[in-house]
Amino acid sequence: MAAERAGSGGGRSRKVAKKRDHDFVTGTSYAPAPESSAQVKIAKSYDLFIGGKWVKGSKRMKTINPATEKVLSEVAVAGPKEVDLAVKAARKAYNNVWKKMPGRERGKYLFRVARLLQERAREFAVLESMDGGKPIRESRDVDLPLVAAHFFYHAGWADKLDYAFPGRKPQSLGVAGQVIPWNFPLLMAAWKLAPALACGNTVVLKPAETTPLTALLLAQVFEEAGLPDGVVNIVTGAGATGQALVEHPGVDKIAFTGSTGVGKMIQRALAKSGKKHTLELGGKAAHLIFDDAPINQAVEGIVNGIFFNQGHVCCAGSRLLVQEGVADLVIRKLKRRMETLVVGDPLDKNTDVGAINSKEQLGRIKGLVAAGEKEGACSWQSGQRLPGKGYWFKPTIFTDCAQSHRVVQEEIFGPVLAIQTFRTPEEGIEKANNTPYGLSGGVWTDKGSKIFKVTSAMRAGVLWANTYNKFDPTSPFGGYKESGVGREGGLHGLAAYLEI
Amino acid sequence: MGVPTIEFPDLKSIPTVDQVGVEERAARFQTRSIKAETKLSALRLAVTMLDVTTLEGADSPGKVRQMCAKAMRPMPEDPSVGPAAAVCVYPSLVRVAAEEVEGSGVKVASVATAFPSGQSRMKERLAEVRWAVAEGADEIDMVISRGKFLRGDYRGVFNEIVRCKEACGEAHLKVIIETGELRTYDNVRIASELAMGAGADFIKTSTGKVQPAATMPVTLVMLEAIQDYIDRTGRKVGMKPAGGISSAKLALHYLVMVKETLGAGWLSNEWFRFGASSLTNDLLMQIRKQQSGRYQSGDYFSKD
Repeated sequence: MAAERAGSGGGRSRKVAKKRDHDFVTGTSYAPAPESSAQVKIAKSYDLFIGGKWVKGSKRMKTINPATEKVLSEVAVAGPKEVDLAVKAARKAYNNVWKKMPGRERGKYLFRVARLLQERAREFAVLESMDGGKPIRESRDVDLPLVAAHFFYHAGWADKLDYAFPGRKPQSLGVAGQVIPWNFPLLMAAWKLAPALACGNTVVLKPAETTPLTALLLAQVFEEAGLPDGVVNIVTGAGATGQALVEHPGVDKIAFTGSTGVGKMIQRALAKSGKKHTLELGGKAAHLIFDDAPINQAVEGIVNGIFFNQGHVCCAGSRLLVQEGVADLVIRKLKRRMETLVVGDPLDKNTDVGAINSKEQLGRIKGLVAAGEKEGACSWQSGQRLPGKGYWFKPTIFTDCAQSHRVVQEEIFGPVLAIQTFRTPEEGIEKANNTPYGLSGGVWTDKGSKIFKVTSAMRAGVLWANTYNKFDPTSPFGGYKESGVGREGGLHGLAAYLEI
Repeated sequence: MGVPTIEFPDLKSIPTVDQVGVEERAARFQTRSIKAETKLSALRLAVTMLDVTTLEGADSPGKVRQMCAKAMRPMPEDPSVGPAAAVCVYPSLVRVAAEEVEGSGVKVASVATAFPSGQSRMKERLAEVRWAVAEGADEIDMVISRGKFLRGDYRGVFNEIVRCKEACGEAHLKVIIETGELRTYDNVRIASELAMGAGADFIKTSTGKVQPAATMPVTLVMLEAIQDYIDRTGRKVGMKPAGGISSAKLALHYLVMVKETLGAGWLSNEWFRFGASSLTNDLLMQIRKQQSGRYQSGDYFSKD
């Protein structure tokens, strides 16, 4: 204390002001608790990972940290020539090594990858948060444990495929082309790679344009694990790279996760090609809160449903349907809870809501929110201060929404919740299903029979009761209607990578 | 504040509690990382929220006097730390404690009503309350009849609390619902509502004699009950988790939970207390670590 008082007048007052900011009782925030990024070594530039070698691309593109707008690194852009090279490398590895290898041996590689990912989890989590903007709490506690779990789970299946489909002789497909999104870069890579490899396929993976770094670090893990050359090839780039991969005649199966718009383009491109495909696309999930729900936990579920990963979640609970009798109570509690969300530096361990992934996405969110206001829905935002640099959007809710509003109809893919009310279970179900999407949904009620009645009537691939956004590699994930084709995870996910 | 309206709660309007959800939420508070200035101010705050407690058959006037000295001045070389909120003793030692802490601002709390089981006649339990108050207790920590509660006699439990509140007179009433015997979160929620409706100034988790004592999810259920109660009635009620909170780290997690559930308005010993005996020294040790950058051994902190 004495040492502090000895400072000059100006310095002292600054110090005191800062202290008060972080005082536990009066302070508006906790003292910074940043996760160190010292353990992450980001190279100045990255090449393409093809046939076990690092190959230069035709062009280069920058990848930035969306929380600071600073350039993190440069990665190669794969043109048609490099994509062709990657597909050929995958074909060669398939024919010469991977197809012939006993499942037990394939499983060993996957177990090794899973263990290496666990060992290097912190490094991956930090890099994921830097490149994508998601809070370190989520990349550390959700993404990375699930990534390892997917590899472990599928490693176990590699030598048991005959038992997964009794009476059949499951065969691998060949070369899988996989195009993944920017919202869960590493987790989506794991979702796609683990089953493909376990089933004996080789892969060309195209990470998202804005988040290529963890996939490239994953390539290093494959090298470390001694995975045979060409079994996994990673080609970075933008939409054109993905298109070249999808249209390549040497690919036997396309797996895509991303927007419904691009999904439709892919489906058109694949028509008559004979390639198998799975598409995991957009969503506009309904989250139903009945008046007999455990209200305080339901509010927490709503928050997890829409503000998890800044709402960049295809299965986000972006439409809230509340039974009229408890609507005011739920909205009041929700607003109060939203005020306690910590928005800011993704690497701070206390951050709940991080940065919006890209400038482009931020523009899309702003556009839809403006449309919602114009259409007459009532918007409300929590009062956090946002950082100056970077891409940010405050947690936002819309009340008084009509079913016809764009914020109710269209996927926003940001921290924006549209709230409507309903009176009877039938009305709630009808509103929930009145959407072109059908990926996920949630129900909150204390009554078990109501859970079964309502969820049986909801047309969505994934449904949660009295919880939300829970994932597990054993559980198939995928959508109805414009939310996609096929399932990933569990036995259904294995079937998508096999000829049965 | 003012005089509480005594009203039996509308049990049908009390929301149910989802076990998985509440435990998940409570665990989330534990991922908050409290550092630097925030940590030091929270540690200092926690010291002032302590109900320094001894509730043993072996308690003697000498033991209680020593404990009072510690409560009044937990860190002798730094008078800005503390004092604790209160000392908590059995009725027979209230007078000793009251004489010891007089004028210091430290309150005297007494357990009563056939603590810890509550298994006695109402007449004797109320007499104990009156006696403790007469001896100089500022606060009474009563126990509810868990037997009555578990039998479904909510009205009986409610009436007991109302009568204890009357017997307290000016003294504040803390109602121990003994969550370790109620077992379910729904029961915890109902018991909290009964206590608040009957006029409790504080609701308290445990006697410390039954395991599990205070846990974060149980405390969260009670904090949510307080939140809903103040929304309905406008009357503030205090919260006291007791038993099982022995490390400074855990105490800080509780404070984070209070701040993010009820708001900064509950961050004073008027509205939040820790019932603990061994927590004091860990808080002091951490405060000294924050100030000096070094840990010191237990020998540098007085045991009583």
